[in-house]
Amino acid sequence: MVDVLAPLAIFALMLAIVYVVTGPLRRGAMTQAQAREESDRQNLEAARDAKYREIRDAELDRETGKLSDADWRVLDRELRGEAVDILRRLDDLHGR
Amino acid sequence: MAIIGRAALIIALVVCAYGIFASVYGALKGRRDFVESARRAVYALALTTTVAFAVLEIAFLRSDFSFSVVASHSSTTTPWHYKAAAMWSSQEGSLLLWVWLLSIWSSLVIFLTRHRLRDVVPWATAVLLGYGAFFTGLLVFWVHPFTTLAQAPADGQGLNPLLRHPAMMIHPPMLYSGYTLFAIPFAFAIGALIAKRVDAEWIRSTRRFALAAWLLLGCGILLGARWSYTELGWGGYWAWDAVENASLMPWLTGTAFIHSIMIQEKRGMLKVWNVSLVLATGILCVLGTFLVRSGILDSIHAFGASTLGVPFVTLIAGMSIGSIALVVWRRGLLRSEHKLDSFLSREAIFLLNNLVLVALCFVIFWLTFLPLITEIFGDQRAVGPPVFSRYTVPLALVLVLLSGIGPLIAWRRATPRNLRKTFAMPVLFGVVAFVALLFVPNVPQKPLALAMFVLGAFVIGTIAQEVWRGAVARHAMTGEVYPLAVVSLVRRNRRRYGGYFVHLGIVILFVGVAASTAFQHAEDVRLQVGQTATVNGYQVKYERSTATYRSDPRGTGALLTLGAVLDVSKHGKHVATLYPARGYFPSDDASQGLFTQLINGDPTSEVALKTGPTRDFWTAVSPDFSKLQPMVDAIDKAIPPNVSQAGLIRGLQAGLTALQARYEQSPPPAMFRLISSPLVMWIWIGALISIGGGLIALWPAPDAARRRATAAIRARVAQDLGRA
Repeated sequence: MVDVLAPLAIFALMLAIVYVVTGPLRRGAMTQAQAREESDRQNLEAARDAKYREIRDAELDRETGKLSDADWRVLDRELRGEAVDILRRLDDLHGR
Repeated sequence: MAIIGRAALIIALVVCAYGIFASVYGALKGRRDFVESARRAVYALALTTTVAFAVLEIAFLRSDFSFSVVASHSSTTTPWHYKAAAMWSSQEGSLLLWVWLLSIWSSLVIFLTRHRLRDVVPWATAVLLGYGAFFTGLLVFWVHPFTTLAQAPADGQGLNPLLRHPAMMIHPPMLYSGYTLFAIPFAFAIGALIAKRVDAEWIRSTRRFALAAWLLLGCGILLGARWSYTELGWGGYWAWDAVENASLMPWLTGTAFIHSIMIQEKRGMLKVWNVSLVLATGILCVLGTFLVRSGILDSIHAFGASTLGVPFVTLIAGMSIGSIALVVWRRGLLRSEHKLDSFLSREAIFLLNNLVLVALCFVIFWLTFLPLITEIFGDQRAVGPPVFSRYTVPLALVLVLLSGIGPLIAWRRATPRNLRKTFAMPVLFGVVAFVALLFVPNVPQKPLALAMFVLGAFVIGTIAQEVWRGAVARHAMTGEVYPLAVVSLVRRNRRRYGGYFVHLGIVILFVGVAASTAFQHAEDVRLQVGQTATVNGYQVKYERSTATYRSDPRGTGALLTLGAVLDVSKHGKHVATLYPARGYFPSDDASQGLFTQLINGDPTSEVALKTGPTRDFWTAVSPDFSKLQPMVDAIDKAIPPNVSQAGLIRGLQAGLTALQARYEQSPPPAMFRLISSPLVMWIWIGALISIGGGLIALWPAPDAARRRATAAIRARVAQDLGRA
C-alpha cells in the first residue's frame, strides 16, 4: 500500500508545484506600467512614513533636552520640507 | 516514507534552479510574469523542504531505525523530547534544518515585498534561491538524510550524551534562524547593488529581518553559553572556542549593521559601509555553519568532521569575491548624500561604535584562525582565552562607553550647552559608582573590572535619564501619570526605547562577565568521603557517594550515574546541599568486554550549582574510575563466552547492581571542581533584558497609535504643503 501511495504523493506534490509556479506565465502578469506604479507608490509611502518617524524623533530629542529649540526649528523645517517633497511625488503618482 | 523525503529534496533543487532562471530572466527582460513565477518558486521551496523536514522528524519521533541517520543519532531509550531534537545533532538533519528555515524566512520576505522594490526583489529572489540550491544540492549529492538500511537494527546508537540538555534542543534552531535571517538583508543588498537601487529602501524593507536575525542569533549564543556552563565539566560559559567565536563574529557585524543603517536611513550616509557590513555578515554566517560541522578547527562544540570542505569553501570564496566585485563595481552609486556635520553628533558616535565592533570581529577572526594560518607556514600555534581577553576587553570597555554616549547626543550636531545638560546626570552616576567601589574589598585591585562597573553605571544613568525625561515630556503633554507615561512612551517609540533596553541588558551582562571572571575562585580537589575542602571561605564536605543504575534522575538516559552529596557551608552556616554526578553511557567499541562496553562510552558531567543574585557556587565530580576497573574486569570475566541472551542480560544487570552497591558502600576518592563566582546570574538576567528590548524594537507600532501620531505630523506637513 505504502509502495503505491508514496509515488502518488510525490506525483501530486510535483503537479501542485508546477501548477502554482507556472500560474503567472499562463495568466500573464500585470503590465510593466501597472507594476512600476504600484511599486513606486509603495516605496514612496514607506519613505513618507520614515520621514514622519524622523520628524517625531526630532521632536522627542527636543523634549528630552538633546536639541535646543532653535536647532529643532531648523531641523524640523528641513524635515518637513523633505516630507512635502515626498507627498508631492505621491500626489503626482495618484494624478497620473 | 524515505522516498518521499528524497523526492521532496530533488523537487526542491529543481524548483531552485527554475526560480533562479525565472527571476534573472524576468529582471533582465522586464517580464513581470517570470518574476512572479520565481516568487512562487520560493513558496514551493518552502513547501518541499517542509515535507522533507516533516518526513525526517516523524522518523525520529517514531524511532524508525530503517533511516540510517535515525539509527546513528537516536535510540528507543532516548527521551521523546530529545528524539525530537536529535535530528539537528546529525550533519544531514542540521543542513535540512538550515534550508528549511531559509525557505520559510525567504517566503515571508518575498511575500511582504510583493508590491515593493520592483527592481531589487528579482535579484534578491535569485540570491535566496541560490542559497537554497546550494544547501538542497548538498542534501541531494553529498550528505543523504534519507539513506535507508537494508536491515533496520533493533535499537539505535542514541543521541550524543552531551547534547541531552534542554538548551541544546533549541540552541541550533535559534542559531540557524539567526544565520538564515541574515541571508535576507544579504540577498537584498546584492539585489540593490545589481539593480542600482542603493537608497535606503532595501534597508527599510529588511530592517526587521536583520533585527530578528540579530535577536535569534543572540539567543542561540546565549543558550550555547548556558549549556556550556551547566553541562560541560569545566565551569565556564565562554571559552573563546572556534565554534563559539564563529557564531559571535556575524553577531558583532550584525550589531554594527543595525546601528549604522540608521545613519543611511536618516542621512543617506555610509552606503559603502552598510553594504559591506551586511555582505560580510552573510559570509560569516555561512562560515559559522561550516565551522560547526567541518572539524577544521579543534572545538569542544564540533560534533564530527565532515566531507563538506570543498563545497563550503567554494561557496564562501564565491560570496566573498562576488561581494567585493559588486561593491567596487557600484562604488560610484554608493557615495554619501551628506557629510559628517560634526564629530559631536550621533552619527560620529555610531561610526566609532561600528569601528570598535568591526575591530572586535577582526581580532576574534584572526585569533580563531591563527592555528590554521600558522599551520600553512609549518608551525601551528593556537592561543587561549588570556590572549583573546587581552585584546577584546579594552575594546568592550570602549563599546560600553559609546553605548552610554550615543543616546545622549542629537543627530547632526550637538552644542556644548546641550552636552553639559545631558551628560551631567549619567557622569554623576559613574562618579558615584567609582567612589563607592573604591571601598569594596578587592575591586580597586582589578582596574579593568572596576572600569567596566563604572562605565556600566554611566550607561544605566544615561538610560534612566532618557526614560525619565521622555516620561516627564509625555506627562506634560498628555497629563498621564508617570508609570503610564513610561509605558506610552515605549509603545510609541519602540525602536528607540527597545534599543535602550537592549543597551541596559548588554551592560548588565558585561558587568556579570567582568565580575565573574575577575573575582572567580576555582579549585580542583581530590576528596574521600568525609573530607572537606575550602574555596573562597566556603567549606565543602563530601558527605557521601551516590550511585544509580537505569534511573538517571536528570533524564539524560545514562545507564550508570555515580555522584556525590556535598554539604556547602560558610562561617558554620549551611549554604546548600549539592548533588554533582557523572553519567556513564554504552560504548561502540566491540573489542572491549561486554560489561565494559556497557559503561565505557564518553561520560558526561552533571553539574550541581547553587545560584543566587550575588554568587554562584558551582560543582562537578569525576569519580576515580580506575579504582573500579578491577571489579569491572572481574564481571567481564564472569560472563561465559557462549551465554544465552537471557543469561547475558541477567549477568549484566547483576554486574551493574554489584558496581552500584560497591560505589555506594566504599567509594574510591573523587576529583571535584569547585568554583565560586560572583554575579553570574546577572549574565542571564542581562541577556533576558536584551532579548526583551529586542522584541520591543522588533514589534510593529500599534496601528491606532501610529495613525494618531502620523495624523498630527501630516497636519503640520499639510500646512507647509498649502504654503508651498
